Amino acid sequence: MEPAFEIVVTALLVIAGTFGLIGSFGLLRLTDAMQRLHAPTKATTVGVGAALIASVIDLYLYRSELTWQELLVAVFLFITAPITALFLAKIHLHQTVPRDLLPPTGTGRDWATFDQTANGPTPELPKD
Amino acid sequence: MIRRLFPHPWLSLTLVVTWMLLVNKVALGSLVFAAILATLVPLLTASYWPKQTRLKSPVRLAAYILLVIGDIVRANIAVAQIILFYRKDRIRSAWITVPIELTSPEAVAMLSGTITLTPGTLVADMSGCGRVLLIHCLHAPDPDAVRDEIKTRYEARLKRIFA
Repeated sequence: MEPAFEIVVTALLVIAGTFGLIGSFGLLRLTDAMQRLHAPTKATTVGVGAALIASVIDLYLYRSELTWQELLVAVFLFITAPITALFLAKIHLHQTVPRDLLPPTGTGRDWATFDQTANGPTPELPKD
Repeated sequence: MIRRLFPHPWLSLTLVVTWMLLVNKVALGSLVFAAILATLVPLLTASYWPKQTRLKSPVRLAAYILLVIGDIVRANIAVAQIILFYRKDRIRSAWITVPIELTSPEAVAMLSGTITLTPGTLVADMSGCGRVLLIHCLHAPDPDAVRDEIKTRYEARLKRIFA
């Protein structure tokens, strides 16, 4: 039981807790729905990441188990967080944001949430 | 023959690694099962992967992932500072549009994921034709600088990774 590693694990757990707290506090403090989306998608990824690293070190040192499942948790988190954020943003745009608040696309087709042609023929994918 | 059995070699490899991580131990039995999954899943889901996306350089992809992880840590600190220390009326949020040159869906998805996870930016929508991203910035006094950073720092690298 090396005290140095104990300090590292403890520090990581404190960092994890702090970032989780800041992320939740951001939800309260920021005013606009789009601003609020920023807080949980970012401030918590480091929080969870630090907790996972702490878990790996702790399991390895105190139970001598080398686990890699934490890596998988991090990967799934990084894949799903942006998708959740995108869906929330699109619903927010669809329900509450007037179209003229957004900048124009400059391509002739509107943003996908507002695009009327999307209901007709299938929108063509960019060709390569 | 190998091509037909494994139409998406990277997907198969990812499945093997993911399964081994899930099982969390190295055993022959789980490796065999991983191999079965790696053969069956790409064949069963082939219709969802209409086009082959070629990975030009796996090494560059690994370097890119490390870069993004570093940026995520930076992003967290930057966003935490904004949340804690900025007065509400000093936070200057902005919408920006970023025209993208990437064409393969995988590359665009990866770019969007990167943008959402890194400093104060969030992908909110995409144009109907799929060539422009709508991005919300939490605090961007200079929106053009943000656009340039996305294009040079992330998109240029992704263009070199995906064919």
